[in-house]
Amino acid sequence: MKLHNATDRIEKEIVLRAPRSRVWRALANADEFGAWFGMKLEGAFAPGGRVHGQITMPDHGPVTIEIAIERMDPETRMSYRWHPYAVESGVDYSSEPTTLVEFQLEEVAEGTRLRVVESGFDRIPLARRAEALRMNDAGWAEELENIARYVEA
Amino acid sequence: MSRHSTGWREVSRAAPVFAALGDETRLALVARLSSDGPLSITRLTAGSAVTRQAITKHLNVLATAGLVSDIRRGRERIWELEPEQMETARTYLEHVSKRWDRALDRLKQLVEE
Repeated sequence: MKLHNATDRIEKEIVLRAPRSRVWRALANADEFGAWFGMKLEGAFAPGGRVHGQITMPDHGPVTIEIAIERMDPETRMSYRWHPYAVESGVDYSSEPTTLVEFQLEEVAEGTRLRVVESGFDRIPLARRAEALRMNDAGWAEELENIARYVEA
Repeated sequence: MSRHSTGWREVSRAAPVFAALGDETRLALVARLSSDGPLSITRLTAGSAVTRQAITKHLNVLATAGLVSDIRRGRERIWELEPEQMETARTYLEHVSKRWDRALDRLKQLVEE
């Protein structure tokens, strides 16, 4: 087991068969970002700016998400902070710790290598993490079924 | 992109507690508490290049996350692991990890179409 499966951070790497400019647009354009991430965003991403969005989860009301953009280096990197555990509608999470999400783009022969790191989970109260799990129980069970099907196929 | 099977899940559960942390100092603290704990702050600091103050700070980060807890015994604080909490933290991260996998799959479809 690799260390980046630690409790504090998540690291992902994916090679996309698309030019860096295309991948950058999917990250930097709030509408496109919302489309693949699965939320509705209002406004445009800009360094130091905040964009609000809504995620609708099955069996729950819409949940408001706030994305605080930190860096945007065109076609190279983008980072923002948010409350990944903000899962209950009507709860004000603004005074609680955030996680940092960083995207890095690199040109490779096949297209673009995208690296995603989300870190800072250890600073989030465990009660919040447990709550997020409870709220997402149904989705998680479904996910396990999908994995089982994938493995058995 | 990695695809985690149910086998990975089991491996993750069985993995030693020390694999559960990213920061090297906190990792070392958890490993130490896992093998020798519960321990006092004095014993945790002994032989370490890191100051008592820094160790206390790291322990407080772990405590805020619910991974360790302390009790006062005489004039000392004794620290111990909260194994159930470690499990919650790991399960939570697996959940967030899967969410990223699904999102990145959708991103792949979007930019490659």
